Amino acid sequence: MDTFASQSAERESLESVVIRFAGDSGDGMQLTGTQFTQSTALMGNDLATFPDFPAEIRAPAGTTFGVSGFQIHFASRDIMTPGDAPDVLVAMNPAALKVNLPDLKVGGMLLVNTGAFTAGNLKKAGYEENPLDGDDLAPYRVLKLDISKLTLASVEPFELSTKEALRSKNMWTLGLVMWMFDRERSETVAWLEKKFAKKPEIAQANIAALNAGHAYGETAEFPQGIGCYTVPKADLEAGTYRNITGNEATSWGVVAGAKLAGIRPVLGSYPITPASTILHTLANLKEHGVVTFQAEDEIAAVCAAIGASYAGSLGLTSTSGPGVALKAEAIGLAVATELPLLIIDVQRGGPSTGLPTKTEQSDLLQAVYGRNGDCPLPVIAAQTPGDCFYMAIEAIRLAVKYMTPVMLLTDGALANSAEPWKIPSFADFEPFPANFRTDPENFHPFVRDPETLARVWAKPGTPGTEHRIGGLEKHHDSGNISYDPDNHHKMTKIRAAKVAQIADDVPAQTVDQGDAEGDLLVVGWGSTYGAISQAVSACRASGLKVSHAHIRYISPLPRGLGELLKSFKRVLIPEMNNGMLIKILRAEFLVDAKGLNKIAGQPFKVSEIEAAIRSHLSNEPSE
Amino acid sequence: MTPLDPPKKLTRKDFVSDQEVRWCPGCGDYAIVAAIQRVLPKIGSTRENTVFVSGIGCSSRFPYYMNTYGFHTIHGRAPALATGVKLANPELDVWVITGDGDGLSIGGNHFLHLLRRNVNLQIILFNNRIYGLTKGQYSPTSLVGKKSPSTPLGSIDSPVTPAAFALGSGARFVSRAIDVDVKNLSAVLTRAHEFKGTGLIEVFQNCPVFNDGAFSHFTERATATETQLHLEHGKPMIFGKERDRGLRLRPGTLEIEVVTIGENGITEADLLVHDETNRAQAFLLSGLEPPLFPVALGVLFAAPAPAFEEAVLDQNRQAVELRGAGDIDALLRKGHTWTVGGDSQDS
Repeated sequence: MDTFASQSAERESLESVVIRFAGDSGDGMQLTGTQFTQSTALMGNDLATFPDFPAEIRAPAGTTFGVSGFQIHFASRDIMTPGDAPDVLVAMNPAALKVNLPDLKVGGMLLVNTGAFTAGNLKKAGYEENPLDGDDLAPYRVLKLDISKLTLASVEPFELSTKEALRSKNMWTLGLVMWMFDRERSETVAWLEKKFAKKPEIAQANIAALNAGHAYGETAEFPQGIGCYTVPKADLEAGTYRNITGNEATSWGVVAGAKLAGIRPVLGSYPITPASTILHTLANLKEHGVVTFQAEDEIAAVCAAIGASYAGSLGLTSTSGPGVALKAEAIGLAVATELPLLIIDVQRGGPSTGLPTKTEQSDLLQAVYGRNGDCPLPVIAAQTPGDCFYMAIEAIRLAVKYMTPVMLLTDGALANSAEPWKIPSFADFEPFPANFRTDPENFHPFVRDPETLARVWAKPGTPGTEHRIGGLEKHHDSGNISYDPDNHHKMTKIRAAKVAQIADDVPAQTVDQGDAEGDLLVVGWGSTYGAISQAVSACRASGLKVSHAHIRYISPLPRGLGELLKSFKRVLIPEMNNGMLIKILRAEFLVDAKGLNKIAGQPFKVSEIEAAIRSHLSNEPSE
Repeated sequence: MTPLDPPKKLTRKDFVSDQEVRWCPGCGDYAIVAAIQRVLPKIGSTRENTVFVSGIGCSSRFPYYMNTYGFHTIHGRAPALATGVKLANPELDVWVITGDGDGLSIGGNHFLHLLRRNVNLQIILFNNRIYGLTKGQYSPTSLVGKKSPSTPLGSIDSPVTPAAFALGSGARFVSRAIDVDVKNLSAVLTRAHEFKGTGLIEVFQNCPVFNDGAFSHFTERATATETQLHLEHGKPMIFGKERDRGLRLRPGTLEIEVVTIGENGITEADLLVHDETNRAQAFLLSGLEPPLFPVALGVLFAAPAPAFEEAVLDQNRQAVELRGAGDIDALLRKGHTWTVGGDSQDS
């Protein structure tokens, strides 16, 4: 929020606001955030969200490790990130205050539920004294309300148990925040009626709490500095929009891509955070011909997908880093047998179990190199939640056209974050039908297309093209097992060349923002897109000669990237890992790039990247 | 061939590939591949519709010798891969080829889940109680005390009984045969193929190089009548050269005992009658071994149930009936949408 004026009857107009809802895992903060998001989308703002929740399903109530947060950034202009520091923090209990207060902007608004500040909760949060009493909150504009008590009063007519009645306090809070920021409640009311259709008294209690929170805003006298605001509509490109998360977009992209290829998608998957919602989404799209198979483990999941591809379907598997590690041998089999396969890696913090619910970009080297033998495959990366749709389609196009496994990298931030997405028309997509070999004449399984180097795809059930394939090396001119030294050399080179020349079939690298030469090129990949874009934009506005290039094709790298890198005095590579893309670009182009690495399980803030850009440009390179 | 030609009657030769077989001389695998090549034309299989999927190990070279579709996959994973083949195309006739190491050690998990799901395919477990391809280490079916390169003082861990494991996993068709017993092997292959669901055939297969004679205590022809019990559904469990010995439940227990007809007042009516659909009885039979008992061969258990892949695809069909065939544009517009600007095509 840019400025806060004192309270007035008129709503103050703001350009952008960042709100974070924080509470106990059981407080319903994700639902609160999602509902506020829906309403904000309907108000015509641009927005971005970032849900941040613990790995524990129900961590002990009141503890700091059980705090769940949902941040939304909405504006009357184009925005790309969930925002750096919140302007408004809603803290439903002491633990939520303790965890989130350090992030709140100085002068920001703090809404606390004093009803949860009991001695027990304070102790669980590690507070020796009640922070509401001391001076700790002096830098903020604090609104202390006993939301628990106000909620109980609002739902009294429904004669619920206290425990049940208190569950509505998130809706009371939502009602108040909706009043503050001029949001419509009607969609939330409809949603509650649907969600609790079988328990109408619960639906009505929640609606009553929502309305009570809103009414409280209208009638209460607020302290100095607490007001009501409006955020005008953003100037978005004309079209029909929806909110979309990365995992939804990926799932729908799979369905669309398979349709463009004219084959049935068969998903083998094993539940893993933060990829599971892809399995859930696709399992619910059976009318699209999607077959989903929850396998006994990660290995079985990818193997079933490979089997499906062998039989003429589009085999795919969705997972996260630990799952990719388990699947490595099978992915190698798909490389060796040259079968189409889509591997979706929704990256999370590692190594090992790492930080399951937090985001990271640390599977890059695993994706590109993490298999035994010389085992190349295309690796591509989505950069926004909506981009996951397009990149899933692109991954399928490459897999089917080149008869190769393709790795699609997304991450926890993309997976769960929502953004308004201009819905494309399916008719605008060019089909890329799979081409099955049916002619037995001169057939063997490793007959290649001279252009794409793709081998033929002959599916079982086709008379005359019976053949055997497997993980053993095959003779290039018959497909039979071959231990011939020269043949293995040749086949290794062919497999590499097949993947390498895909660079001719994907867009050349361009700059997303700025000139094609200058003082500094910021090179990113994946979900850092928004933060880099806004940081570069801010720096350019202050006259710095900085540009932004974002790599969606990691392997093979796009044409033109090497020239682009050499057209800048310096190259800065922000990554949410300890330096991975930088290794590849240094190895590939001998470029002296510098890294900006954040390995905190959290996305970059715009300010962090902006500071790094300014720092790199403040000391000119020594000649 | 033009479409007007009558379908050619296939013979064993049609299923033999042009690849040179690379098993050791005297390997039991030769007998098994020959039996399959003979059985396939008899049961009406076609080359184009038949798929052999194997893991890793000596036996897993099998697909290369069949002139059908085939996939030599990775160690232990053939059941998972074959499940994917069936999900993509349930019409295919899939045979999984695995061994005691491939299927019960590295692939034990997939073996379990394939069986409990009841995917409609056949799985042949080549059990030779040894790792052959890696040169003779003990396997999960090796008997305790097996001396091998990795267990020079003898193996310590108890072996798994494949049929018992399968029955415990929820398998719905469990059968056993000896590699060189063409008659019984062909019979169980045929029965497994007829079965709608996962048909398990455990083959006692001799490895003449690393574990010669592992099963000779019941496979020797000279003593076979005393050491083998050939099960037939609905028939009393009789064996012995004179057909005078049989199995019955020891009264008051859940144990099987061997009795002699004509002794102590025992008649044929006292003997157990084989009921393929009785899982508990199959479990008792799976554990019988010489010298106290004969080895139970043939179909130990057969209880049909819907095949996994058909049930999966049935849910797809039901979804289409309920919701109509999926439309991408409708999918992308499901839920909340809003329109920005004037001349949007959507409302």
